[in-house]
Amino acid sequence: MSKLLRLLEADCTLTHEQLASMAGMTVDEVRKEIKQYEDDKVILGYKAIVDWDRTQRESVTALIEVKVTPQRGDGFDRVAERIYQYDEVESVYLMSGAYDLTVIISGRTLKEVAQFVGERLSTLEDVTGTATHFILRKYKEKHLIFERQEQQEKEWIFS
Amino acid sequence: MNYEQLLSTRIQEVQPSGIRRFFDILEEMKDAISLGIGEPDFVTPWHIRDAGIYSLEKGFTKYTANAGMAGLRREIASYLARRFDLHYDFASQIVVTVGGSEGIDLTMRCLLNPGDEVIVPVPSFVCYGPLASMTGGTPVYLELKAENEFRLTPEELKSAITPRTKLLVLPFPCNPTGGIMERADLEAIAQVLEGTDILILSDEIYAELTYGQHHVSPANLPQLHDRTVVVNGLSKSHAMTGWRMGYVCGPAPIVQQMLKLHQFGIMSAPTVSQYAAVEAMCNGDKDIENMRDEYDGRRRYLVEGLRRIGLPCFEPKGAFYVFPDIRGTGLGSDDFCERFLMEEKVAVISGAAFGPGGEGFVRCCYATSMKDIAEALTRLDNFLTNLKKKQAREAE
Repeated sequence: MSKLLRLLEADCTLTHEQLASMAGMTVDEVRKEIKQYEDDKVILGYKAIVDWDRTQRESVTALIEVKVTPQRGDGFDRVAERIYQYDEVESVYLMSGAYDLTVIISGRTLKEVAQFVGERLSTLEDVTGTATHFILRKYKEKHLIFERQEQQEKEWIFS
Repeated sequence: MNYEQLLSTRIQEVQPSGIRRFFDILEEMKDAISLGIGEPDFVTPWHIRDAGIYSLEKGFTKYTANAGMAGLRREIASYLARRFDLHYDFASQIVVTVGGSEGIDLTMRCLLNPGDEVIVPVPSFVCYGPLASMTGGTPVYLELKAENEFRLTPEELKSAITPRTKLLVLPFPCNPTGGIMERADLEAIAQVLEGTDILILSDEIYAELTYGQHHVSPANLPQLHDRTVVVNGLSKSHAMTGWRMGYVCGPAPIVQQMLKLHQFGIMSAPTVSQYAAVEAMCNGDKDIENMRDEYDGRRRYLVEGLRRIGLPCFEPKGAFYVFPDIRGTGLGSDDFCERFLMEEKVAVISGAAFGPGGEGFVRCCYATSMKDIAEALTRLDNFLTNLKKKQAREAE
């Protein structure tokens, strides 16, 4: 069961035939199980991890620490929901420790991100404070390394 | 200078591998897909590399004991006991070598006198015969059969034994066939060897890569234990080919002679590699299992793909090779490989390169990405379809 999920998490471009061989299932079983995962929202979606720095497109990402006042009954859920509705927001996590929510947002420019924090995020009534950290360089994301790595000199050895 | 007269006759008699010409073509071809390699496509796990780097930072750059660091030999002994139920005394029965290959060389040189025969089951890796010849020994090639899943049967073994037989090589799990020997197979071999003084060189470099069952060493059988030298190493199990870390274990009187030879020829295995190996032996079990899982998925995909396309192959239970039967194509192995490479830019290795029994087969290595395996299968399908069309036209 989890074998299929692990394979897909590592590479969602594998074909159903490949997944079937690798998980020791039939193609039909794979198709059904994936459908079930999608229906149950166990699989939320399939996306590419893009290194925008290699393209012409300008992009900045910021990690924002957010302190909020939890609400009676809803705890942090309601305010988190109000935050994640914005398209600019990539991820929202509830944290243990010194602050409550981690919000990751992307924009085209520094100004755009700053504006979002100043005008949208910090003005929410339950938000009591924010600290914005801009991401300067991405090294690794979801087990993928951003830098082009040097390859060892190739030799054909009969082994 | 007339070098031919000056060079040792024995080395001149060793035939160079015919595969070099194929590799030369491959090197010119930049965008070829290769199922031809014979090593893991993984990089050595970071914690193992880091242990090597750390030893350099600490300045551990001197020779070690000839037999290898005591700490490493202790860890190898504990690893072998933990994972294979093999029990060796680190002080007298284990020597750390420069890769498994040195272990094979040491075994041959310490056991063989001129004229001694060495039974080499083939197809198998190419080093056994030449290394036996260099000691004046005589390799006796024994062809294994596809219908036996390339296992060594007691009848085959019996047919190869003569009064001069000194050593039997057991290259299992096998490169290039992926064949293995299970306990019952080894028990049958043990019966044949009973009452003889024939020794066994068990090359277990692929021992960690078996699928569906655990590797059994001849040394696991009490009746074979005292006549077996086990050669193993970290190249395949821990993706450490370039570190050259191997070891031999066996009866102390044999291993102590091997140590003498190793001391004069090598001195000691590289220190940095030994420190990395300590980390691999202590904390590398999880890495082994992760890599094996990954290989296993690719193995099943490749086997199913080959069968779908119409190349019969038995299910390989070990190593990281599939050995499909190409006799139905009407091409010889060398010809098949060269045409497949030229027409579709995919490299697989001719079975003929692995000894007499390999003709009619090719070795496909699945220690490469799923993407490449999938693409190679598509191109193989093309190749075979075109080949059939050509053959049909020629027949008209």
